[in-house]
Amino acid sequence: MLHSKIIALVPLLPFAVFLLTGLFGRKYLKNFSGILGTLSLLVAFVISIYTAYEYFFIQGRDANGIFEKIIAFKYTWLQFSPGVSIDMGVVLDPISIMMIVVVTFISLMVHIYSMGYMKGEERYATYYSFLSLFTFSMLGLVLASNIFQIYIFWELVGVSSFLLIGFYYDKPSAVAAAKKAFIVTRFADLGFLIGILILAFYSGTLDFGTLIERFTTHNEYYSAVTAASFMGVSALTWGLVLVFIGGAGKSAMFPFHVWLPDAMEGPTPVSALIHAATMVVAGVYLVARLFPVFSLSCPPALEVVTYVGIFSSLFAALIACTQTDIKRVLAYSTMSQIGFMMFALGVSGYGGEHGLGYMASMFHLFTHAMFKALLFLGAGAVIHFVHSNDMKDMGGLRKSMPITHITFLIACLAIAGIPPFAGFFSKEEILAAAYANNKPVFVVAIITAGITAFYMFRLYFNIFWNKEKIENHSHEEHSHGEGPMTMLIPLSILAICAIGVGFIPFGKFVSSDGKELITEFNPMFSLGPVVLALSGILLALFFYKKANGKSDKVAEALGGIYRATYKKFYIDEIYLFITKKVVFNLVGRPAAWIDKNIVDGVINLSATVADNFSEAIRPIQSGKVQQYAIYFFIGALSFAVLFIYFWKN
Amino acid sequence: MGNDFFILMKPELSLMLIIFILLFLKIWDGIKEVSTLLMIANVLLLANFVAGFFLNKEGVLFSGMYHTTSLIALEKNVLAFGTLLISMMAWDWLKKHEHLLEFYILILSTLLGMNFMISSGNFMMLYLGLELSTIPLAALCNFDLDKLKSSEAALKMIMSSAFASCILLFGISLLYGTTGSLAFSEMPAHLDGGMLQLLAFIFVFVGFAFKLSIVPFHFWTADVYEGSPVAVTSYLSVISKGAIVFVFVTTLLNLFGTLGTIWYHMLVISIVMTITVGNLFAMRQENLKRFLAFSSITQVGYILLGLTNGGSAGSAASIYFLIIYIFSNLAAFGIIGMVSVQTGKENMSDFNGFYKKNPLLGWVLALAMFSLAGIPPTAGFFGKMFLVTAGAVKGNYLLITFAALNMVVSLYYYLRVVKAIFVNPNESPMEAIKGSWSVKIALGICMLGVIATGFYSGIYDYIVSILS
Repeated sequence: MLHSKIIALVPLLPFAVFLLTGLFGRKYLKNFSGILGTLSLLVAFVISIYTAYEYFFIQGRDANGIFEKIIAFKYTWLQFSPGVSIDMGVVLDPISIMMIVVVTFISLMVHIYSMGYMKGEERYATYYSFLSLFTFSMLGLVLASNIFQIYIFWELVGVSSFLLIGFYYDKPSAVAAAKKAFIVTRFADLGFLIGILILAFYSGTLDFGTLIERFTTHNEYYSAVTAASFMGVSALTWGLVLVFIGGAGKSAMFPFHVWLPDAMEGPTPVSALIHAATMVVAGVYLVARLFPVFSLSCPPALEVVTYVGIFSSLFAALIACTQTDIKRVLAYSTMSQIGFMMFALGVSGYGGEHGLGYMASMFHLFTHAMFKALLFLGAGAVIHFVHSNDMKDMGGLRKSMPITHITFLIACLAIAGIPPFAGFFSKEEILAAAYANNKPVFVVAIITAGITAFYMFRLYFNIFWNKEKIENHSHEEHSHGEGPMTMLIPLSILAICAIGVGFIPFGKFVSSDGKELITEFNPMFSLGPVVLALSGILLALFFYKKANGKSDKVAEALGGIYRATYKKFYIDEIYLFITKKVVFNLVGRPAAWIDKNIVDGVINLSATVADNFSEAIRPIQSGKVQQYAIYFFIGALSFAVLFIYFWKN
Repeated sequence: MGNDFFILMKPELSLMLIIFILLFLKIWDGIKEVSTLLMIANVLLLANFVAGFFLNKEGVLFSGMYHTTSLIALEKNVLAFGTLLISMMAWDWLKKHEHLLEFYILILSTLLGMNFMISSGNFMMLYLGLELSTIPLAALCNFDLDKLKSSEAALKMIMSSAFASCILLFGISLLYGTTGSLAFSEMPAHLDGGMLQLLAFIFVFVGFAFKLSIVPFHFWTADVYEGSPVAVTSYLSVISKGAIVFVFVTTLLNLFGTLGTIWYHMLVISIVMTITVGNLFAMRQENLKRFLAFSSITQVGYILLGLTNGGSAGSAASIYFLIIYIFSNLAAFGIIGMVSVQTGKENMSDFNGFYKKNPLLGWVLALAMFSLAGIPPTAGFFGKMFLVTAGAVKGNYLLITFAALNMVVSLYYYLRVVKAIFVNPNESPMEAIKGSWSVKIALGICMLGVIATGFYSGIYDYIVSILS
């Protein structure tokens, strides 16, 4: 099973659905495309689960009980030189298997949910074909055995998420958001590409396995890459940091995070899929893929990961406290949680006990996918109900949507880290890893965890409590209860997962070196974070359970700080200032002037010259064969004279 | 030798067989239905192409006069395939033509000549093959019997060819005089680069250069392309040129390998002139067939660039490029042929607003142009990339830069066609063009080729594996 090509079906099934619904969807499969997509993913999910079972319980371990990296198959696509080739392959190891399970599961949930959410949408089939394309790209990305393969799928993921974010293409804000997401990540991807080229140049390979091996043992490749340096930093560090920049772009780490909140313009199920569980963790996955190199050979690059991660997580958590668009709150919370995963990788060592951070990061990725998808889908149900994204238009919804209310509450408890919900376990591991390796990071992390509980419950109370009744009932006819079963079933399944997955002994399956990592539960250590989270919840309760204006007063008292946070620390404005004022005026305008007056001038001149020249030589092509014979003869003669008399060798 | 003869000469024998079948059909005159005749011809060509995949053996016949290898078998298959595509695209044109069987007999005779030429192991054989492939072509150029331009094209073709053949033959005689042999197996040992041999080589080079339309031996090209029927033009620009490239590659590398430095410099001069002049003239053309004539001149310049490599990488790149070139150029000619048969229009301005009523054909033509211009992800990009990297091995970066700059220039005129199709306004855009199913299938195959040849690395790998 593990060595069979059946695994390839996991990405190929969604691809086939993409082709089918993309080509014939609008005409022939209009209403059928949702079911088609869902069925294909169901099959893919079953295969993934079965693969996971085979790998983790039956065949995955080698003689020493260590999980091996299995290449299920590899097809050489482009051979550059004997060592360097771009392959299309499937690699199976604990993290890639975990990822295919997560991706197929969340995508399946989103597919089911969308059947209700997107019902009646005119471009229903197109939506499903984009969704399938995205799932295909994401699965291809996580299964990649070659760093260039990952890059190809990386870009495909970018393109398909561009299509999905801009799905409502008649909405200018959606189009702008799609463009922004694409452009910002493109910038980061440029770094990724350069990083790949640096790493490939020094390692002489594009294959992950070989690359990791060459850079983690002492050999000629390793000494070459550490000896070469640019601006006092070794080539290895440059390469890894550049690759990390690519990851930071996709994972919305500071300062590339600006696209994520805007990307909430897309349909909400899309946000659940792309911006909660799959694409945004691609950066974390990338660092985890190359983790041996980061950890064993290049601690400075890992430090960059740590500080970018911890800063982003605090930064986003602060902003999330002030936003009123519920999807934006979730977007910032995603950014904050991914920051957790990043710095967990950063503080981790390699192998054994030291690898706790790595395991915790992957664990958190796993649990976060469940409860964040649940939060987004729940938010989607709420938006579906009140027809607004703004929490000002919500309140008191707990009675009209009981199932959504309960599931949303579970998810909030999970993300806040209250035992026994899933988020508690993974967050504990992360905090423990930080505590063991980097105390300052630990302090910031634990504060961020408290803030997380506060803003998540601010969100929860504002939606489901606060005002007793929604005042804005202009859509009376739309108050149709909670929404169809297709939306409620995924919510319920995900809620069960958000409770249950924390009990999986994750360290037994995923660890930095493939060995089992048994973690002990330490109640005393957990006490602090839980108390902090509870106080965050209580604070939110105090401010937001009833509409009382307390929060406004605090906001007023905080004045400038509040406004800065509300305005997301003006990062967007800074970018706009830099691009519009600085780049436009200092670079753009002069460049435009040079372009207009000098480049155009030269081009026009050369065009005129070429034009005149070709006009001038036009008579040569006179149509007279006799004349052609003369030219022919002259040509032959010139060659003869030139090479016989002048160009002797 | 009996068995060997039938197996080794299978491609030629099957072509001869088809020619005779068609000849007897003509004489019998029993089948009046034009579509049936066309169907028979196309099926025979398809069978010929399919047969090319089986029972291929390497070997030598007629004491070295004729030889075949798996590379040669591949080349013959490529030509047979191209001819099949052209025949499918010519369906509508031939349907109206009363001499369609003669068309097939003539065109297959030229293909037969090319096969002999590719398989030749001796200059005599090569020359005979070359002539067999040229003289029927002149008759084919005249196949639009009621058009004056067509006759003019034929006349120009035969006169210029005669002139070029003379020089080539002169070169071959001199070679015989200085080396005492015409056999490919013996001649290289006697090549010492003496002045007379140099002159002989230059004459042979020029003879080929004429066929390949290398500047300044290209003058006949535009007039002949413009005057000939579209099917013949596409045959001239793709199949005829392809066959010569195949022979040219092996001749330069295997036969004149000792004169490597000389022909390297000759190639460099030819490349610079060919690409520049081709580009400059292509920019101004209004007639699409003339435009494609000059574009094909430029494309040959890039093939030569690959040949400067002087090794198997160069030949692999040029053969690979030719396959892609067949797909892209035939797609363009296919559409021009459809339009020309139905409306008689062949000018670029006639295509203004073409997209409005013919969206699918518009895209096909645009994709063909993209591939010719070498824009990724079409196959044309990969073809040019391999040619340029093959050429870059010699380290003549000035030449590479020059070629790359010219590629940018060529974008201008290829995109002019695309602009006409999509952007240029037109009060009365061309009506929807209808073609028979056979044209559509051929265009479909071309499009598949334009996209798949680049992505599927198997083809290039196969060529490399044969060569090494």
